[in-house]
Amino acid sequence: MGKIKIPKSAPSLDMTPMVDLAFLLVTFFMLTAKFRVNEAVPILPPSSHSEKILPENTLQVTIDTGGRAFFALDGQEVRRNLLSEMGQKYKIMFTDADAKRFSVMSEFGVPMSQLQAYIRGGEKERLKFDKESIGIPIDSVNNQLGDWIAFAWNEKQRFQQTNNVPKENWCRIAIKADGQTNYKAVKRVIQIFQDRNLNSFNLITNMETEQVE
Amino acid sequence: MAEIMESGGGGHGKHQKKRAKKHSARIDMTPMVDLGFLLLTFFVLTTQFSKPKTMEINMPVIPKDPNKNMKIEAPTALTLLLTEKKDKIYYYYGVYKNDASIIKNTDYSKEGIRKVFRDRNKDVIDQVKKLKDKLINHQIPDTTYKRLAMNIKGAKDAVFVIVKADEKAKYKNIVDVIDELNIADVGKYALVDISPAEKLMLKTIGVIK
Repeated sequence: MGKIKIPKSAPSLDMTPMVDLAFLLVTFFMLTAKFRVNEAVPILPPSSHSEKILPENTLQVTIDTGGRAFFALDGQEVRRNLLSEMGQKYKIMFTDADAKRFSVMSEFGVPMSQLQAYIRGGEKERLKFDKESIGIPIDSVNNQLGDWIAFAWNEKQRFQQTNNVPKENWCRIAIKADGQTNYKAVKRVIQIFQDRNLNSFNLITNMETEQVE
Repeated sequence: MAEIMESGGGGHGKHQKKRAKKHSARIDMTPMVDLGFLLLTFFVLTTQFSKPKTMEINMPVIPKDPNKNMKIEAPTALTLLLTEKKDKIYYYYGVYKNDASIIKNTDYSKEGIRKVFRDRNKDVIDQVKKLKDKLINHQIPDTTYKRLAMNIKGAKDAVFVIVKADEKAKYKNIVDVIDELNIADVGKYALVDISPAEKLMLKTIGVIK
């Protein structure tokens, strides 16, 4: 019986191909990456067969299952101006630091009275706000969402006109709601838009996998 | 960190000639590879692959004068009533009558609402299909196809669908219906509030409380 010889030297593996592949992937992901934006609340949009892709430049209102409204807008400069206008209307003094933080913030859903605390808060406080706040008020007595939309839309229009943004890249209105949200809340948000003469919407949906024959 | 390992060379007598090194210089690449994989993991986890899809919907402009309300009681219309019942659609053809027998129901499946739309909108679907064949065979360009399809879908005698949703209906149901309308090439539809009479009717036939 011959003995199996165990090689004494440490086994060495040529890792070059693996490393090559890894760097290839790194390059690929770096070039294609479009970062996921932070979502204030988890939303599961209903699915549809539509193949249209959501435009880049949007004013987005999110409605969660509880009927709370969240607001998001693209464009840092526009957001900065928007905050100062909203501050004037609701008599809240926002500092330059606030405006800076607000301009890079993603979706938010707090009433104006809590907004300053939300902007200044850290990640933990914001999470707490996202979980517990009542959302942006949408009732007709205290229609803060309407003000957000009106000011944001005006600012956007002005920005797009002064910067000669091509018409096809102009801001679109996106509504993102959970499939289980009551229609009542969605209807109210659509109504708020329509009250401000905005009648064309993009409803955000998931891709339906089932094929239509 | 990079170390160059070498052997041979110095340590010999003065008189010996200097020899060219035979080993190639080796660099320890481990840290670089570590960093590479770290970046790889980061990018894999943060990229968003499928962009969200959207459905475009245009609502009618609200008239400034409330008395000038739009009349949409078309005799050829198909009216859908969406309620809190998640898997049922109630619908009737033509103008509303106070008669429970006109209301039929179906569900959201392929054999349900899609069939209702397909039967109702057969002419338009056939015409659009013919047009699409032409597009595939390169007989007409893309823009012409879009324009002609729009014309067919928006024709005066094309099917008109009114979607009336109860406040307790789920958003998913509305999106499903709009999606089915798009599948069935229905170009004319409106999203309207349910009327008190219709609500009462649904109550009497026991659909809602």
